[in-house]
Amino acid sequence: MSAKIDAIRQIARRLLSEGKVDMVIGFQKGTLPMMNEPCFVRKAEEADRLVWDSHCGINLANYVTDRKERIAVVAKGCDSRNLVNHVIENKIKREKLHIIGVCCDGMLDKRLIAQRSQTEAQAEVDAVEEKDGVVSVKAGALLWQAPRAELLQDNCKRCRHRNPVLYDELVGEPVAEKPEDDYEDVKRIEAMSPDEKWAHFEDMLSTCIRCYACRNACPLCYCPTCFVDESRPQWVGKSQDPIDIRTFHFLRAYHCAGRCTDCGSCERACPMGIPVRQFTRKLNKDCEELYGWQAGLSLDQRPALDTYNPNDPNDFIR
Amino acid sequence: MKVIRISKTEWQGGLDKARTGYGLYGPVKEGQDDHAFRPLAPGEFPDMSYKNSKMSPKELVHPQSEPMFQYNLNPADPDHDIMREIAKDATAKAVIGIRPCDADAFLLVKRNFDTPIYRDPYWVTAFESFTKIGFACNQACSATAFCTSAGSGPFHDAGLDVLLVDTGESYLAKVVTDKGQHFLDVCGFSAPAADAASQIESLQKKAESTIASSVNTDKLKDQVTTELYDAPFWEEISFACINCGTCTFSCPTCWCFDIQDETKGKQGVRMRNWDSCMYPLFTLHGSGHNPRGTKVHRVRQRFMHKLKYYVDKYQDGIQCVGCGRCIRLCPVNIDIRKVCNMMNGYTACSCAVS
Ligand code: SF4
Ligand code: SF4
Ligand code: SF4
Ligand code: SF4
Ligand code: SF4
Repeated sequence: MSAKIDAIRQIARRLLSEGKVDMVIGFQKGTLPMMNEPCFVRKAEEADRLVWDSHCGINLANYVTDRKERIAVVAKGCDSRNLVNHVIENKIKREKLHIIGVCCDGMLDKRLIAQRSQTEAQAEVDAVEEKDGVVSVKAGALLWQAPRAELLQDNCKRCRHRNPVLYDELVGEPVAEKPEDDYEDVKRIEAMSPDEKWAHFEDMLSTCIRCYACRNACPLCYCPTCFVDESRPQWVGKSQDPIDIRTFHFLRAYHCAGRCTDCGSCERACPMGIPVRQFTRKLNKDCEELYGWQAGLSLDQRPALDTYNPNDPNDFIR
Repeated sequence: MKVIRISKTEWQGGLDKARTGYGLYGPVKEGQDDHAFRPLAPGEFPDMSYKNSKMSPKELVHPQSEPMFQYNLNPADPDHDIMREIAKDATAKAVIGIRPCDADAFLLVKRNFDTPIYRDPYWVTAFESFTKIGFACNQACSATAFCTSAGSGPFHDAGLDVLLVDTGESYLAKVVTDKGQHFLDVCGFSAPAADAASQIESLQKKAESTIASSVNTDKLKDQVTTELYDAPFWEEISFACINCGTCTFSCPTCWCFDIQDETKGKQGVRMRNWDSCMYPLFTLHGSGHNPRGTKVHRVRQRFMHKLKYYVDKYQDGIQCVGCGRCIRLCPVNIDIRKVCNMMNGYTACSCAVS
């Protein structure tokens, strides 16, 4: 891990001192265990603030949207795919970006680790350490351990593009990629009857406080005015009415169709622990099955829902 | 100080008696890792093993969505086009197990909703309908709790009617107000606890020693508002923020709301919903101008309000009780302790041309 930190700092220092970029966007150490804070560095001598470990789960592509500076950004596989989206969708110019790609081992699931610490040690997490694929968690008086692979965020367990797809320099050795996604989680829900599905999603959204952290953490959600914030006309009510809450989630998911990279930022950010990826994963699966499309893999292809193709499997379009 | 001893064997029976005179509320388990304050159904009891809830009990008094008026647009109806106030439930209620910081938070908010010039009838009616049975924390709820340096603390009883202290086999009930005494009477709890004072004191000392975290607030009052406003650190502090407002929704002292009309068919309500300085519509003027149009403005507003404007206006501490919820729930780890210390310790650059 620390080799990656050194490499990131070195690159940042060089880029800033040579005046190649105006700022470097990365992570700095957080004030809580399992939390790092997205940050920027403008001076070479401050590059040592940058860190890298298994708690960099927030998607940094979210922080480059519409910025005018020349930016270097630290990017995991998923962030790099969202940077591709951003370039394709004209939210940032490729020339303005210097991508410091980091080969990614997956991020740890802070919620899972916190829950297990409560169950196993009746205490909150004090510190997390990793060695040889084993995570050791200090919680109160106890130390518990588990294989790293068990404690990854769900999206990282399923991730197929851990190596950045677009970068200017690469940090770390490329890691082996997982060949395909079985979408087993989506299939489980698809197999439900309409009533069961309805009950499932109703239950899932019952604790949503409508803070929109899921939306705001996502690099895809950059509309100047989101449809839920639009007031003339007002599309969606603003109360805790379950219909309005569902409307928000369903519509947001559709806005992400063909664009979501399954980076997991939305789910990680949700204060209530709602597995919001269940919506976007279904659309990712559909895009893949219907159009052979995965978002953010190449600058040369228009997104699935942004093209006309005579071979489209749907009849209505012909 | 009057203290009553409640053995845990008589606890539930007493609460059942209370149901005759009060609607009961308390912490109940919700989801995998959370508790929420909810009405307790007959036979349901507060989960006294909870440490703290993600969302504070402020929603009992100030719900996230609260209908205020109703109207209907049906010309055939005699009430056509008339706004009718929706009666607020003023019946006696008791909330059991509220934490000291959350009770103190109500007092901080009260300064804004119940003033000599203006009384918010919705807030005040709800607030006064509650008897607050507090629950002292024998141990810090979290490593992020900094209540003792934010004007509250694990045994703080301001804003409470009774403070319960868990001694293992029984609760010591410290009677804080007459309202609290009445609740205990209805429950039938009356056994006086001899030498309770020293026991409470030693548990309090122990509890306070577990609060590991703190903020410095001593210099906030003397800081010059405009200098803090122009301090160079706001861009850096706000950078990671995604303006989700989770910090404000989970905060027991954030009080902002927005008023909306919602109509379905011919029926409508005028309601108020929580708003947040983190949101784009907050302070958006009819002209289209927004004085807090950027993230930096919004983040600065949140911290300046809590840690400077409030301090100046009410001259009695910060608008924060140190529960630490905003720190734990922030998706990007923006930490009010860090910001508070930066604001408190700030010295404007003296090298500026004068
Ligand atoms: S989704 Fe893939 S690239 Fe992104 S953090 Fe997880 S493992 Fe890394
Ligand atoms: S919807 Fe969620 S998983 Fe998909 S790109 Fe946005 S934040 Fe990432
Ligand atoms: S982040 Fe979670 S609680 Fe907030 S709106 Fe999204 S799903 Fe709801
Ligand atoms: S919870 Fe954090 S990210 Fe969300 S608005 Fe508050 S400070 Fe910003
Ligand atoms: S912040 Fe203090 S008073 Fe509040 S629950 Fe935690 S320990 Fe108790």
